[in-house]
Amino acid sequence: MSIAITTQFICFTVLSLVVIIGALGVVLLESIVYSAFLLGGVFMSVAGLYLLLNASFVAAAQVLVYVGAVNVLIIFAIMLVNKKEDLKPINDIKSRRVISTSICLTLLSLLIRVDLTNVWSLSSPQNAIGEESTIRIGEHLFSDYLLPFEVASVLLLMAMIGAIVLARRDVMSKDISTGLPVDQELIEKSSEPLLTNKN
Amino acid sequence: MNLESIPLQAFLVVSSALFCIGIWGLLNSRNAVRVLMSIELMLNAVNINLMAFSSYIDNNLIQGQVFTIFVITVAAAEAAVGLAILLSLYRNRVTVDMESFNLLKW
Repeated sequence: MSIAITTQFICFTVLSLVVIIGALGVVLLESIVYSAFLLGGVFMSVAGLYLLLNASFVAAAQVLVYVGAVNVLIIFAIMLVNKKEDLKPINDIKSRRVISTSICLTLLSLLIRVDLTNVWSLSSPQNAIGEESTIRIGEHLFSDYLLPFEVASVLLLMAMIGAIVLARRDVMSKDISTGLPVDQELIEKSSEPLLTNKN
Repeated sequence: MNLESIPLQAFLVVSSALFCIGIWGLLNSRNAVRVLMSIELMLNAVNINLMAFSSYIDNNLIQGQVFTIFVITVAAAEAAVGLAILLSLYRNRVTVDMESFNLLKW
């Protein structure tokens, strides 16, 4: 894959601008639904950056897993828990904002300094294997990364079972602590909250 | 200046900025769903780093790409479990405000 260098630069600039501005929108926007859809845009642009790095397989995996699964899951979670509520004001919110912003800016300047001043030992020519990368990834997964590959399957199974166990309603007919019959209704018709804040 | 290709540093700067935005969101969000989104942003920043290094420094044995695949796997598992925890928190406390989850605070 060889695109003209000017095209590469234009693509890179547009994609990285979308990534940065979209990420700022994700953390700064008031509405959580807008944030979720912007997050999908950020994931798509990151997939575009992977395509610029000649990694078509990882770009496809990024689109499938992040946009297709994680983002949809987040949107579903927002639909389940999106209740308008007035957040309690925090009295020292100003100082908190100042401290966290300064920490983030310091970290950013440190990282950028390291990025720009370090001398990276680049190999040449770049992107030598190009479209063969999918084949190479498959070879890695079934030779020297076989154990992590198998462990990842166990991890996914554990995450699936854990998510089901955590998110389901109680299966027992009586509540253990109170002895009352357990409410099997949907979330929206919720019962008395168990651990409401006393203060 | 005649450049052969996009410099490695450009990718690194983008991923640093994305990572710091993720940390800022993680520290400042009050909605628990937004905290999960910030974690996903940070994982994506790390992935960009791994992919850039694997393309520019290790372009014969692209081990960075294999690592990215594993990170994507772990991120998917983390999102599923995190949202399940969020649902069960919401069922018990009827809020997603991070400030109200303070049972372990001393």
